[in-house]
Amino acid sequence: MNPYLPHTPEDIASMLGRCGAASLDELFSDVPAQLRLGKGGYALGAPMAEAEVNRYFRSLGKKNLETACFAGAGFYSHYCPAAVEAITSRSEFYTAYTPYQPEISQGTLQYIFEYQSMIASLTGMDVANASMYDGATATAEAMMMAVAASKKRRRVLVSATLLPAVSQVLATYAEGQDIILETVSDHNGATDRKALSEQLGAGDVAAVIVATPNRFGILEDFEGLAEEVHAAKALLIINTHASTLGVLRSQGEWGADIACGEAQSLGIPLNYGGPGLGYLACRQSLMRKMPGRIVGATTDDDGQRVFVLTLQAREQHIRRHKATSNICSNQGLMTLHAAVYLSLLGPEGLREVNETSASIAHDLVARLTAGGKLREKFAGREWLNECVLEIVDEGLTPRRILDACLERGILAGKIIGEKEIMVCATETCTPEDVKQYVEAVEAL
Amino acid sequence: MNQKLYSKLIFELSRPGRRGHTLPQYKAETTSPFVLPAKYARSSRPALPEVDEPSVVRHYTNSSTNNFGVDTGFYPLGSCTMKYNPKINEAAVALSGIGSLHPAAPASTVQGALEIYSRLQSLLSEIGGMAEFSLNPFAGAHGELTGLMVVRTYHASRGEGEIRRKVLVPDSAHGTNPASAAIAGYNVVECRSLPDGTVNVDDLRSKLGPDVAAVMMTNPNTVGMFEKNIPEIAEAVHACGALMYYDGANLNALLGVARPGDMGFDVMHINLHKTFSTPHGGGGPGAGPVGVRAGLEKFLPMPRVVRDSDGSLRVLDDDTMSPAERTELDPLGRVSAWLGNYAVFVKALAYILTMGKDIEQVGPLACLNANYVLHSLSDLYELPIPGPCKHEMVFDGLRDKSTECTTMNVAKRLLDMGFHAPTIYFPLLFHESLMIEPTETESIETLDAFIKAMRDIAREAAEEPDLLKTAPLATPVRHPDENEAALHPKVTYQSL
Repeated sequence: MNPYLPHTPEDIASMLGRCGAASLDELFSDVPAQLRLGKGGYALGAPMAEAEVNRYFRSLGKKNLETACFAGAGFYSHYCPAAVEAITSRSEFYTAYTPYQPEISQGTLQYIFEYQSMIASLTGMDVANASMYDGATATAEAMMMAVAASKKRRRVLVSATLLPAVSQVLATYAEGQDIILETVSDHNGATDRKALSEQLGAGDVAAVIVATPNRFGILEDFEGLAEEVHAAKALLIINTHASTLGVLRSQGEWGADIACGEAQSLGIPLNYGGPGLGYLACRQSLMRKMPGRIVGATTDDDGQRVFVLTLQAREQHIRRHKATSNICSNQGLMTLHAAVYLSLLGPEGLREVNETSASIAHDLVARLTAGGKLREKFAGREWLNECVLEIVDEGLTPRRILDACLERGILAGKIIGEKEIMVCATETCTPEDVKQYVEAVEAL
Repeated sequence: MNQKLYSKLIFELSRPGRRGHTLPQYKAETTSPFVLPAKYARSSRPALPEVDEPSVVRHYTNSSTNNFGVDTGFYPLGSCTMKYNPKINEAAVALSGIGSLHPAAPASTVQGALEIYSRLQSLLSEIGGMAEFSLNPFAGAHGELTGLMVVRTYHASRGEGEIRRKVLVPDSAHGTNPASAAIAGYNVVECRSLPDGTVNVDDLRSKLGPDVAAVMMTNPNTVGMFEKNIPEIAEAVHACGALMYYDGANLNALLGVARPGDMGFDVMHINLHKTFSTPHGGGGPGAGPVGVRAGLEKFLPMPRVVRDSDGSLRVLDDDTMSPAERTELDPLGRVSAWLGNYAVFVKALAYILTMGKDIEQVGPLACLNANYVLHSLSDLYELPIPGPCKHEMVFDGLRDKSTECTTMNVAKRLLDMGFHAPTIYFPLLFHESLMIEPTETESIETLDAFIKAMRDIAREAAEEPDLLKTAPLATPVRHPDENEAALHPKVTYQSL
């Protein structure tokens, strides 16, 4: 017997009897014979016992190399407290579906409400939705939301300093929406404000999308940007990865209208790139333009404060092709992860995560550049825990640095050019990891 | 589940100075501790709760007892395929070397991860009857959107991108179908259903033409019927140069029975969180892989996993493509930062390996369970479309309409009896739709208990209709005021 199929032959016989069918096959009499799966069935193996499945995945695990991680580029190796996993592995949470029945879904609705509140506070915005798939698609949704809010405007200005993958997702979504994307060039690793002003001056701009920390880890200075964008009757969208909002000036403080980005940095395991967690928050005035699920507070017949899915008139199951987005799901379990993580860390813990990560990264970069083989590519720019290093030494390549470090169990960063490697540190990097990294480069 | 509401918010447990986690200290060798320049620093601390670890754990544990999952009880939510989520799937992700990988790590250090992607991709191709899958899309709706972008790129490659502007969608389709088509840039044209719930072929034919890009179909459709005219439809659609899109929401019914590729579908998506047992997670994360028939592979999104001649696997991305690959491929673009929801792939692969050839019993047993429920309730509940159904059925409320008890009343009363409600008021074809999908992982005993509950409710409707109309009676929450929530939205703790 298969462990997931409870039917005994006697069960099947008695159930078929009630259905008035002689065989299971008879239930498919409406499927034309030429469409039926051939007699041999699928080309699949015999069922595997659980111990065999376990062994198989352990053997795959051995084909992967676990390393100390100095790579970022949108996904960050922050530590995940054990208590987070203890909560997210409760099957009352992870085996539930979207909370359509509030009477028996208060657990899910409550943590989404808490998550929305935390994201709103981190971003300095009034409202957040119940999450998006990832940071790139969240930014695409922000773009579509801004264009819809502007009614007729079609141009969207995108800084060249967004992560390339995010820009590419924007381009893919823009194609279907007849949105004209224009890149704003960068100057020494940050958005070229003069170029931006000129492009904005040409008119018909629905939104401006910028990022900080940007694709090079650089902290951008958006002083006066919101005023300029708003004077052109456009909306300002700022993409930031969520953990850094523990210390960085928030999107709300910069005057942005929409905040979006990747929230994997809130201690969500790397999992080779997914699932992450996209977040999307905005000012009150844009709330009804938001895509996705939103949870709100109300009261029940007994006067208790309870939570429900709300403002559903925006959504695909009601509005169909006129919906604000096609999105149906939320990243429920990932928002639970973020909510528990932020509850455990609190404002002080999140500040320390950022300060410790930045201190390690600055120490590493100072030591790597002291040797003279490498230098900071964007001199004079401020950064937090991620930085682009340029190889000065002629014979040296980023690939050789990567390989030398891998031999010591270290992932040195992400290669982003022929002479460039982007390095990043988190609080999970130890003094010994830093020492090994520096020695590996010195030995080259 | 707990019948008493645990209603506190984590913010209400907060006391200044408390914390639930500590961090390692780092003493920098060369630099002084990092200080953020004031210009970039936030002016005030974020309003996050300050709580000790035991209180955090107790808070969320209490909150979880107000939740209902597949592990709590029967979850017959139609069209959602709430089957059991095997525990080995979760355990596999937690194994050493599986979950801790950075997506930018060099391919040589993640061969195991790439093997998971590659093997799942090829197993789904076998089951779907397709040539290749991209696992990158994050969810069913995201898969639909990506699939329609495949369609768009295909037509553009033939110089017909500007001409083919319409996507035909049956009126019984999930709301995501028309919404995804609109986001992909298409005009949506609705096709009518026949009284038996299947697509009206004549109506569909009349709407076909040189301006149609694709026809989206779910099979079995959302009323649980097999679209038996599919060969004829596929032929007509292909004859006009359009593509057939298969919404895999209901694929569970066909496991072991038929393959979308053999029915003439060109592009499809699969919901791993439905058919392949990965958990729904309270709404996500899921995964919506997109498959294509031979000839359309080159349009799949970036990045991709490819196998080199030496057998090793590699990630193909815009910055790593060879000139030959650049000429050969015509990707639709990119729909995800990395390679999709990898942890979900691990779970789906664990499931397929555990099932092996037994997966061929899934469709037949899911359909047996559905027909068993249908035949046990159709004397009391209105069955607008006679069976046999496939994996799910739609009742149009109670047969006896004189009691004025609604589908909503029935659904809410089921909560009192320890069951999750079926999907209600969908599909839109009937006023009182009550859509039940039992899945193959439920035993006859569970089904009998559910059938008894449904029959008891029908009796209550006849005998005590006023009581039934006040259901639920025993849940921790009763009748949330949803109008108030929408009229005066309070969506953060700060706004309470």
